[in-house]
Amino acid sequence: MSGHSTWPEWVYIGVVVALLVWVGAESWNVERLIDHVPADAEVIKVTGQQWFWTFEHPDGTKEIGELHLQKGKPYKFEITSKDVIHSFNIPDYVVLQDAVPGRINIVWFVPKDTGEFPIQCREYCGLIHYNMRGTLYVEDTA
Amino acid sequence: MVLEIQKPRPIWQIMFSTHHTDVGLLYLITSLAGLFMGGALALTIRLELFLPGSQIIADSMTFNRIFTVHGTTLIFLFILPFASAIGNYLIPIMVRYKDMAYPKLNAIAFWMIPPGFALVWLGFADFGWTAYAPYSVISAPGPAADMWIFGLKILGVSSILGAINFIVTILKCKHPDLPLSKIPLLAWAYLTSSLIMIVAMPTFAAALLMLLTDRLGVSGFFNPARGGDPIAYQHLFWFTFHPEVYVLVIPAIGFMYEIIPRFSRKPIFSHGSGVAAFILLSIVSFASWAHHMYATGMSFTEKTVFMVGTLAAVPASAMHVFNFLATMWGGRIRFATPMMWSVGGIALFFSAGAGGVVNTAMPLDFITHDSYWVVGHFHLFVMGTIAFGSFGFLYYIFPYVTGRMYNEKWGNIHFIVSFIGAVMVFFTQHVLGLYGMPRRIFDYPPFPEWVAMNQFASIGAMLLGIGAAIFLVNMIYSAAKGKEANMDDPWGIGGKYYYPYQQKNPHH
Repeated sequence: MSGHSTWPEWVYIGVVVALLVWVGAESWNVERLIDHVPADAEVIKVTGQQWFWTFEHPDGTKEIGELHLQKGKPYKFEITSKDVIHSFNIPDYVVLQDAVPGRINIVWFVPKDTGEFPIQCREYCGLIHYNMRGTLYVEDTA
Repeated sequence: MVLEIQKPRPIWQIMFSTHHTDVGLLYLITSLAGLFMGGALALTIRLELFLPGSQIIADSMTFNRIFTVHGTTLIFLFILPFASAIGNYLIPIMVRYKDMAYPKLNAIAFWMIPPGFALVWLGFADFGWTAYAPYSVISAPGPAADMWIFGLKILGVSSILGAINFIVTILKCKHPDLPLSKIPLLAWAYLTSSLIMIVAMPTFAAALLMLLTDRLGVSGFFNPARGGDPIAYQHLFWFTFHPEVYVLVIPAIGFMYEIIPRFSRKPIFSHGSGVAAFILLSIVSFASWAHHMYATGMSFTEKTVFMVGTLAAVPASAMHVFNFLATMWGGRIRFATPMMWSVGGIALFFSAGAGGVVNTAMPLDFITHDSYWVVGHFHLFVMGTIAFGSFGFLYYIFPYVTGRMYNEKWGNIHFIVSFIGAVMVFFTQHVLGLYGMPRRIFDYPPFPEWVAMNQFASIGAMLLGIGAAIFLVNMIYSAAKGKEANMDDPWGIGGKYYYPYQQKNPHH
């Protein structure tokens, strides 16, 4: 119609599609591995409510706003909420999962370094959302 | 022709008119009011976040209300009415018809906006523009929340009426000699975005009603305490509002399709590829809504499906970018103000799209989700692409609306200041998100990186504010006292790339 060649556009679209396929395949592969919770992971029950986090260890001990874990061990969080939706987040370990009332969501991780790491709420939950914070303490097993 | 300034009329003649340019002018003024009001709230937010602790906002509730009304205003009371304004001015001319298909419906659609505007602003709700349940059901204080729900209901109906009018005007009222394939790409943009609107919007209308009855306590759709599912609200919400993103961005791309060929003094590289990309976008826009919800506990399969659906939208957007660049390639480009805004908008559109690919890649989303990355990402679309395209088009259509020229030098300065400001705010916000800062927080701990980046972003926001002030003065002054425009060729582009809207409309 307009007399110019269209092959550059097809090449360009081909490159874009190839890049997207690569991104998609790589994400699929990584997410597939992340989705698999290790069998020996210790279960921590996480409950969000306006505006603090409660953590329950397998032995029944509860912590509020603080979470003490041991370095190198896999942990599985079972996350829920008592009121509105919150989002449990440890940014340094890319732990992020919504706390939804009536549901239990699962996320797992292995703390690799000792130290203190911030815990925060990543989903807007009202008045004190900005300060719904806690601290993760990772301690050495030895 | 319009030429309001040269032929003054009493204001009620414009207000009670059903003529498409009069309704267009009403839409335009309303949308600019929305822009400046929503923008003022944005500057307030950025000032508050300049330092940790409370700066200029006394408490978090006020802050939460401000970011809610900021988002609601700029989406529903700036971007959508602005697109309707331009559509009203140009669509009848582009399809060579005397007016919109249903002039009275057109006026009704406009006059639903002021009550919606008033409800949103008088209520000043606090649940974010997304109004996620169950917060919006059990926790958000009324009557603000209920006023927001009613306001959005009215604005949604107004959008649907406007969309019906555009579709009928384009499909049924176009001149018989004009085949659909030959209508300008801007008209194609309005056709596709209106179709998306009609399919998407009723879902949100339903969700709003369910939200209202939940709040009244007569139902429990989204309230887990009564057996409901809060995630269902998110599905209904995003089924409307992910396609809605394309409703917002497609007209802005259409604006660029008007401006870029004319100021490059070349025809569009490929009209067909532009049409194909619009149609593709309007279809795949419905395949990606739940990519907003990866972290709600979705299964691996669900996440994969919506990742693929999201990635599918990228080639179509990339076709538009290619079309723009190929049109400019080898052209004798005239960098007048509208062209600057369009080129800047394309650059930020590309950046926003690249960031979007990162968001949808499943493992990476858990880094970016609900962080400032996302804030930066969608602002690159709504401000960097849509508002930039809209500013450019407003300068472009200024001579048509007023018969006068804006001040070119101050138009350029507005662009340069705003472009630097937008890069400073929104690129910085991406990085801030990678450092873990959540969205919608009134206060933040004084981590040195967070403080530094927030300050940098706030300075950028002030530049955007300065740009907006320049823009306002330029528009008001030039509309009243600007030089008379040469209506055949206001920018002296020459040749056959004349100003297209002068053609005599035989019905006027």
